[in-house]
Amino acid sequence: MVDFTLWDILRNLLLAMRWTAALSAAAFVGGGLVGLALLLARVAGGRATRAAVSAYVQVFQGTPLLMQLFLAYFGLALLGVDVPAWLAAGAALTLYTSAYLAEIWRGCLEAVPRGQWEAADSLALSFSEKLRHVVGPQALRIGVPPTVGFLVQVIKGTALASVIGFIELTKAGTMITNATFRPFTVYACVALMYFVLCWPVSLASRRLERSLRRGR
Amino acid sequence: MTVRLDFGAVLVDWPLLARGAGLTLGLTAVAAVLGVALGVACARARTHGPAPLRAAVATYVEAIRNTPFIVQLFFVFFGLPSLGVRLEPAAASVIAMVLNLGAYAAEIVRAGLEGTPRGQVEAARSLALSEAQVFLRVVLPPALGRVWPALASQVVIVMLGSAVCGQIATQELSYYANLIQSRNFRAFEATLVATAMYLALAVAVRQALAWVGPRWLFGRAPGARR
Repeated sequence: MVDFTLWDILRNLLLAMRWTAALSAAAFVGGGLVGLALLLARVAGGRATRAAVSAYVQVFQGTPLLMQLFLAYFGLALLGVDVPAWLAAGAALTLYTSAYLAEIWRGCLEAVPRGQWEAADSLALSFSEKLRHVVGPQALRIGVPPTVGFLVQVIKGTALASVIGFIELTKAGTMITNATFRPFTVYACVALMYFVLCWPVSLASRRLERSLRRGR
Repeated sequence: MTVRLDFGAVLVDWPLLARGAGLTLGLTAVAAVLGVALGVACARARTHGPAPLRAAVATYVEAIRNTPFIVQLFFVFFGLPSLGVRLEPAAASVIAMVLNLGAYAAEIVRAGLEGTPRGQVEAARSLALSEAQVFLRVVLPPALGRVWPALASQVVIVMLGSAVCGQIATQELSYYANLIQSRNFRAFEATLVATAMYLALAVAVRQALAWVGPRWLFGRAPGARR
């Protein structure tokens, strides 16, 4: 019988935390790119495109992330692709993130006063020029705090990847529990590590929001 | 390569799916009532309580909001037994859902409370209402009304999050989807059907809350109960 010290537990969890961070980063960047594409499709597209994007957003916001992960995992396997857990988790989290970010950013674009669009119109700017030089920069300023805040949701969302067998922080916690029989300590440590990852991001988001409000 | 889907093999087990959806709704209903109540209590404590209580509530809120629900659930279900608290899966699920919703609801309700005009509190006090009456009859109902859409969204989020509860063998919707696919190996179809059911439940819960709120919680004049 091997004895596990607290340090053994922490060390192994810290190693697993890298995968939580990596998956979060991948999903956030990938989701940001897809989300931007969705946003542009929604702003610039015709009525059918807008409806499609809106349906996409509603489906991803109205279903459990866990089910989305299962669908990616089983669905890709169904297509004959041999899917490793990280790929299914990355794909599902990317799509999930893109839906939320597209919606958040749409709200930011709409928060820019209408007069700004009209003023840009009166300068005979094209649609892309209006977006790039007038409305976009203002929306970007409004969009930073909620986007940073959503990163917390993404980090927490990666915990569900443990269910399809991706070994990140939560899965490592389960495995260590099975070896040490100390679930209380292990899950407390796991929670603490998520907190260490998420809390600075939460604080940053709140600070950005405050400074934005002061700047007005 | 052709992909052949067979939804019939899944739908034939519809009684199981219905039972699972029922428990998902039941868990959500209990969690919504207790969680919003906990959130209101925490919001009140954070705006009016003594300093140590405020700090304790702030710690609770931050701890819950910055950790994943699945870890909270595992902590309650696997961790607490070592303190001598042994829980049924469904009980552990409800506790985790209440604690989770309570923290988010506390922040939402607090935002609503902060929007109360000072004059309303002063007017209520001048009518010699007790502090409890001022809060429960004058301040709280319109505050809930102001933030009701956000609260309803949070309840839906908690319901969707409860899919994880199947992992500790709570017999809710995702649990039965998993059971069905372990019998007939139609994993994708079973998950897709369950996902569609979650979507329908989310729409239904949102509608139900939009109906319930104005009628029972903040629609009438404060104090005018049947």
